[in-house]
Amino acid sequence: MRPFDYHRATDLDDASGHLNASTQIIAGGTNLLDLMKLQVMTPQQLVDINRIDGLDRIEPEGEGLRIGALVPNSDLAGDERIRRNYPVLSRALLAGASGQLRNKATTGGNLLQRTRCPYFYETAMPCNKRDPGTGCAARGGATRMNAVLGVSEHCIAAHPSDMAVGMRVLGAEVEIRRADGSHTRKTLDELYSLPGERPDIETTLSPDDIITAVILPAPVAPSVQSYRKVRDRASYAFALVSVAAVVQVEGGKITRADLAFGGIASRPWRDPAVEAMLVGETPSIDLFRAAGKRLVAAAETQPGNAFKLPMVRRTLAGVLAEATGLSEPTTGTDNVGEIA
Amino acid sequence: MTDMFRMDKPQPRLFDETVQGVIGKPLDRPEGLLKVTGRAPYAAEVPEANMVHGVLVRSTITRGRLTGIDKSALEGLSGILGVIRSPEFVRNSAQGMANEAPIQPEDHVAYFGQPMALVVAETFEAARDGAHRLRLSYETEHAEIDPTTTSEIDTKPDSFGDLDSAMAQADVTIDQKYSTPGQVSAAMEPHASIAWWEGDNVTLRGSYQMLRFNRNELADSLGIDPENVRILSPYVGGGFGSKLGIGSEAVAAAIAARELGRPVRVVMSRQHVFDMVLRRSETHQRLRLAAKADGTLLGIGHEDRVSNLPGEEFSEPTAMATHFMYGGENRLYNHEIARIHRTPSGSVRAPGEAVGMLALESAMDELAEVAGIDPVELRLRNLPEKHPEKGVPFSSRRFEDCLREGAKEFGWENRTPTASRREGDWFIGCGMSGAGRANMLVPSEARVTLEGDRAIVETDMTDIGTGSYAILTQIAAELLGLPMDRVETRLGDTRFPGASGSGGSVGAGSSGSSVFLAAKKIRARLAEAMGCAEEDLTLQDGIARSGNIQKPLSELAATAMTEEGGIKPGAMGKEFFQAGFGAHFVEIGVNAITGEARVRRMLGVFSAGRILNEKTATSQCIGGMVWGLGAALTEELQHDPRTGGIVSRDLANYHVASHADVPMIDVRLLPERDDQANPMQAKGIGELGISGAGAAVTNAIYNACGVRIRDFPATPDKIIAGLEALGR
Amino acid sequence: MAERNPPQSVTLNVNGTSETLEVDTRVTLLDALRDHLNLTGTKKGCDHGQCGACTVMVNGRRINSCLTLAVMHEGDEITTIEGIGTPEAPSDMQRAFVTCDGFQCGYCTPGQVMSGTAVLEEFRQGWPSHVSKDLTGNADFNDEELAERMSGNLCRCSAYPGIRQAITSVATKTKEAAE
Ligand SMILES: Cc1cc2nc3c(=O)[nH]c(=O)nc-3n(C[C@H](O)[C@H](O)[C@H](O)COP(=O)(O)OP(=O)(O)OC[C@H]3O[C@@H](n4cnc5c(N)ncnc54)[C@H](O)[C@@H]3O)c2cc1C
Ligand code: FES
Ligand code: FES
Repeated sequence: MRPFDYHRATDLDDASGHLNASTQIIAGGTNLLDLMKLQVMTPQQLVDINRIDGLDRIEPEGEGLRIGALVPNSDLAGDERIRRNYPVLSRALLAGASGQLRNKATTGGNLLQRTRCPYFYETAMPCNKRDPGTGCAARGGATRMNAVLGVSEHCIAAHPSDMAVGMRVLGAEVEIRRADGSHTRKTLDELYSLPGERPDIETTLSPDDIITAVILPAPVAPSVQSYRKVRDRASYAFALVSVAAVVQVEGGKITRADLAFGGIASRPWRDPAVEAMLVGETPSIDLFRAAGKRLVAAAETQPGNAFKLPMVRRTLAGVLAEATGLSEPTTGTDNVGEIA
Repeated sequence: MTDMFRMDKPQPRLFDETVQGVIGKPLDRPEGLLKVTGRAPYAAEVPEANMVHGVLVRSTITRGRLTGIDKSALEGLSGILGVIRSPEFVRNSAQGMANEAPIQPEDHVAYFGQPMALVVAETFEAARDGAHRLRLSYETEHAEIDPTTTSEIDTKPDSFGDLDSAMAQADVTIDQKYSTPGQVSAAMEPHASIAWWEGDNVTLRGSYQMLRFNRNELADSLGIDPENVRILSPYVGGGFGSKLGIGSEAVAAAIAARELGRPVRVVMSRQHVFDMVLRRSETHQRLRLAAKADGTLLGIGHEDRVSNLPGEEFSEPTAMATHFMYGGENRLYNHEIARIHRTPSGSVRAPGEAVGMLALESAMDELAEVAGIDPVELRLRNLPEKHPEKGVPFSSRRFEDCLREGAKEFGWENRTPTASRREGDWFIGCGMSGAGRANMLVPSEARVTLEGDRAIVETDMTDIGTGSYAILTQIAAELLGLPMDRVETRLGDTRFPGASGSGGSVGAGSSGSSVFLAAKKIRARLAEAMGCAEEDLTLQDGIARSGNIQKPLSELAATAMTEEGGIKPGAMGKEFFQAGFGAHFVEIGVNAITGEARVRRMLGVFSAGRILNEKTATSQCIGGMVWGLGAALTEELQHDPRTGGIVSRDLANYHVASHADVPMIDVRLLPERDDQANPMQAKGIGELGISGAGAAVTNAIYNACGVRIRDFPATPDKIIAGLEALGR
Repeated sequence: MAERNPPQSVTLNVNGTSETLEVDTRVTLLDALRDHLNLTGTKKGCDHGQCGACTVMVNGRRINSCLTLAVMHEGDEITTIEGIGTPEAPSDMQRAFVTCDGFQCGYCTPGQVMSGTAVLEEFRQGWPSHVSKDLTGNADFNDEELAERMSGNLCRCSAYPGIRQAITSVATKTKEAAE
């Protein structure tokens, strides 16, 4: 860690007054400090937002919910409303990290956590995300944790968050406070940038923007929701592949198939074409296999991560089979009933 | 100098005569409360006054020469005291029992991650920052890093009979290749040393397994007399081989402390532990089995290629257990050591068996399948009468009982045919394997003092979690007739008599015997004081009895009695082949969709001579079995294909098993006495649990879903590939 | 600019005692405990949130003390292993770890004890886990649930079965006492 100044912000104005390109917000700190210890990130000042009032609540907002940026991952996963009406988000959170980390990790910090690509962490090797213009050492390297979708010539890093996949499938929006005190909202699609030429630019936020909340739309009810994560050990490991689904079936036909994917892409992934080919169809394994094929049609694999294609196809088919009632639901698949 | 008892004859079973009743019992560890309350002090935790902090800097090239150190980036940083670099710095940890300095490479770089310099500062934070900023420049040389293609290969062939013709004549054969990735010890306590000098004498508080050797290694590294070195390691946060030999952090701390005239603490970061501490070599193995239709082996071939840096003595002895597990007259070995520039390899828990048995026991499973014989039965049919190569008898061997009793207890007869049992998305299957690990004796000494009804045991033996505090206390308590709380065991100080150290599962048998022999001498003195023969003396709860005479020890030993005991190997080690044996049984679930494998049940049945403490021995076995589970399912070092550097260099990327990977595990220890092993009839158990365990897991995967994993570990991607190949 | 950042003052409430420290802003809560307060019961296994050896309770919740800064904890209530019990007066959980041999080398152990203690409270409060069959009710206490919840604490000695036996025995005792 390089020396830095520490500022404990008293309110949002105070916080944004201290934010610029060489400072960082610290929330839970579980990702930022990890990277600062290795000098992957070297901010000159940390702005601690933990003591700002009002960012740690989950409140109704219209028919949906407003989740404060400082709500810890455990509280969010354990919230009765989330468990009942947005179980896919609970499941995604609970599949991530560990009990201790979830107690500290925050909603805002989780969204903005950075890639686990080992070359991003290895300061002795090139990385366009860490040191723009130096090259991508992951290409030609060990790529088990890297992405196959949404990658560019300059970067094949995967977005590691589970929570963000759950939020993406739910169509969540991020509420952002601008330096001038105004608020704006972005979908996750609008929040996360693709790597393109500048993999170091990961979001459309400016340095003095503060995420204040995530807004969940009205629950999809009734629906079947599922989060399935495949990883190298039974717990406390990042996803090789994860699939989140919110599915409705009426009269033997799929009427809704919202799908999001983790572990395989540069950002929490959604593919409208895949969803479209499911809606209106009768559930069948062949259909689900075709959807999986479609999902990875444009994938660019490395020798070390080509396995993610069959893995995500199979996982998707398994999730859809459970969600549409073709097979017995297992742990991770939950029913959301009509909202009373 | 202690007179050293040589193990030339079978020894009487004194522990079956003594009556204190603590030996063998599942007693709590005497140091347990200190550990669970956080009061046991590990290496980095006893700061010296005026201590400063050092952080190592690694090489970021694979091979070449250091040409310069640029300190400019450290200028103006507060608290930096200096950049220390010395020709005495070591390239890597010493190999186990090296007893001399590891290679001191001066300016040469031999692998990516090699320790190059030490940045010392008033605070840890400043030192770490300085170490990150220091810029080293190099001249690079071409380096070979791939064990499969490298040009420099040492070869050690060995054979008995003619395997090729056995293969030709056999009714059934297996000829398969297996591979295992590099692995690491990953002890939870990172390597740490605090060094300080008083005149010409250096004291090192470190985390080491074999102090008697480590002292000489450190002295040799520093170019000083071992008399001037003291090492303290009363508590060691796990070793598993990684702390067998003196490491770079210890040498650097001692040098920095000398240069700066202040105590220096160097704790390796977790990433540096991966970079700089000896790993277990990856292996490429070929197994050939030639058998008659009834499964009887005619021959075994076990060829392997492992790797190490040029100049390192050690090579993973992959085929170690293959030499004695099963019969068959025609046997062939070819051990190849590829010389490559990766973090050097060394002993990691159960060197040899841990990976060699994965291949052997997988091949046996494949043979059982092809021959249509139950895997347990196949092993039973191949138990050799004598050591199949040395021709000497086994000392005690209850391998057959382990197999039979294990099969019964596990319910092996309920095993279903391959890929026939399904619960929802899960294929369920069972697998088994044999286990074996040679037993050894290493010279070891200890001192026991009886004063009144209290005894003190002193030896430089270490307890790395293995239970030394418990068993050495029990041994002295049993022989001196004292309750456990009357015996204090002091370990981990080179001022005490030199022990075997903890490694190769030799600790309990070797250092235990030295305590036994010292305590036995005190018994002789007590008998003399009682005026009786030693055989007629009974000691219990602080009272000595002989016939109808009865005296308290507080009277007999009013003046302290001190004795030293020592043991060294003798004829018994040559005239008999000594080993612990066992059998593993596993039930597993394999997810038919995602390819994830989860162990549901695991049973290990072992025979390893007299069990000195059933509780700690069981824990040792469980530990080993979980290591086997990890080797089978999750553990894998990944190297960068261009630099050879370790990519999976932290605990998020190198997956040791977590709670969720490990079910409740059953261990059964069969009663046994090995009179040839040592005066306690006990054999090593610390590594036996790993031997074969991983193969039982992958054999169970095969039984569950029909996918044979020969390239370890069995991660979901490989199982999916296997399922897809089968159209599942 | 900040190449010689001045120490900052922070007051922590550690095991019931108020402690004011002057620390470099870079000092983690873990290093503050170990190096500044000499509370070395909390262990450093990885310094990156990857092992759980550094687990402490902050305001009643378990966290990894290696991934948080001391200066962020002004006024916080911190409980370390030293605050759970002593060799003379160990907690039930600590005693159960000894009885069940829920450790070998002992290095991960303080973290396991902290997590074990916290996990029982998490069960009591009805928190779900990744393996909970049903999210809407309170999860059952069983070994699968316990293993998942304890997975943030690695043990290379692999004392996992003993650790969970110890926690289960305390859970059972507490439950019986409540009934
Ligand atoms: C060992 C380990 C295992 C893990 N496993 C998983 C896993 O399996 N799945 C998973 O999803 N995650 C996993 N994580 C990651 C974890 O979820 C993240 O570290 C955590 O969510 C980050 O949240 P935080 O509050 O601690 O963020 P911080 O570290 O505080 O911040 C992260 C980034 O977000 C910025 N930031 C934070 N809050 C705001 C805000 N309100 N507005 C603007 N910017 C903000 C910060 O400036 C920083 O750049 C793991 C982490 C570790 C260490
Ligand atoms: S030291 Fe904090 S999690 Fe490992
Ligand atoms: S007891 Fe050694 S790591 Fe857990």
